[in-house]
Amino acid sequence: MAQPAERTPTLPPYAPVPEGTHAPLDFPGYRSTGLRAPVRQPVILPHRLTEVTGPLLTGPIRPGDDDLTLGEHGEAQGQRIIVFGRVADSDGRPVPDTLVEIWQANAAGRYAHRWDDWPAPLDPNFTGGGRVLTDAHGDYSFTTIKPGAYPWGNHHNAWRPAHIHFSLFGRAFTQRLVTQMYFPDDPLFAQDPIYNSVPEGARERMISTFDLDATRPEWALAFRFDIVLRGREQTPFEEPHA
Amino acid sequence: MSTDRPGQLTPSQTVGPYLALGLPWPDGPDVVPEGTPGAVTIGGTVYDGAGEPVVDAMIETWQADPDGRFDHPDDPRGARTPAVEGFRGFGRAATDDRGRWSVRTVLPGALPVFDALPVFDGAADVREAPHIDVSVFARGLLDRLVTRIYLPGNAEANAADPLLSSVPAERRGTLVAVAEAPDRYRFDIRLRGDGETVFLQI
Repeated sequence: MAQPAERTPTLPPYAPVPEGTHAPLDFPGYRSTGLRAPVRQPVILPHRLTEVTGPLLTGPIRPGDDDLTLGEHGEAQGQRIIVFGRVADSDGRPVPDTLVEIWQANAAGRYAHRWDDWPAPLDPNFTGGGRVLTDAHGDYSFTTIKPGAYPWGNHHNAWRPAHIHFSLFGRAFTQRLVTQMYFPDDPLFAQDPIYNSVPEGARERMISTFDLDATRPEWALAFRFDIVLRGREQTPFEEPHA
Repeated sequence: MSTDRPGQLTPSQTVGPYLALGLPWPDGPDVVPEGTPGAVTIGGTVYDGAGEPVVDAMIETWQADPDGRFDHPDDPRGARTPAVEGFRGFGRAATDDRGRWSVRTVLPGALPVFDALPVFDGAADVREAPHIDVSVFARGLLDRLVTRIYLPGNAEANAADPLLSSVPAERRGTLVAVAEAPDRYRFDIRLRGDGETVFLQI
């Protein structure tokens, strides 16, 4: 139905994040929160123009940014894997043409970063960063190597489960998300405060699934990681993108 | 998890200490290209609860152009090519080894308030003062923090701004940048404790 011309234009607001989705900012088991998590309650910001819009970035992406195994002098060491999935919103609508950025440790669990100095080998052919845009269906795919676990000193004998960092924009400032993808059945989950900071019932959504059908025979294993960003309020509004 | 039907939100996780491997890019801080007339620098230092600089944070900014417009299909006024050539609206800057960040941009325009709810009865004269939305990411932050930058030259508009009005008066100052020069504004971010920046729940 067409909107009467005199009607105040309405915005497509985004639904609140349900309780039990995200970790509390103040989570003492993860020590770095101690000096960084705010003490004060946040002030509510209703969704207005700046919040329902957002950067629709198409760069910076260079050819090969979706394949982290291609090193400067040869192929990266480690178990070759395909990490793929679909980005959708919580209404089930795929999010096309959105920037997905990842970064990770190498197969030995070492980051190619000057601050990471634990004695695991660096791989000269693995820098660990990748970028890709989702396609028209919201699908993305990276080729990379399976990252290793590593110790991190948060508590006695603390080890991070193998993970890949993900950064997503969606189409609105409200949808911005940074998360971590984990691998199935990791025995390190139980002792990891970052994984366990997320409420039970939600943390399992961060675990990828092994997908035999998506493996590439004689080449690479495959893990599926679907990502769900905030959807819109269930209020009637004109849908220009159906 | 099927994506053929509505799904449950993916939880947020920290960027950790090594975001530099994946996120910053060379022209990230350039909301407008070098040499843009009227360009200003907005930046500051990120501090933790002990008053120490946070050297592994990343700041992102998102804002309207000087006419208060967005090049985005969900702006109900319609997407529009930016008033300033090369204007991206978005900036991204990692903090340096002294906790400092900055972006080069042009000052945003004021925005009309279109309320999100259809039952809104339309306060047509309400305007949002010019502002920049900010996301803060860092090790130790399990979710991004959101805040806003307002500008000191807009006292009247700031006084009428619906968000600023909802913030206790003694804390409003944390959302207003400080003019250091005609083309330079400082916006420090205090994550915790004394002078804590007002963070926003969206």
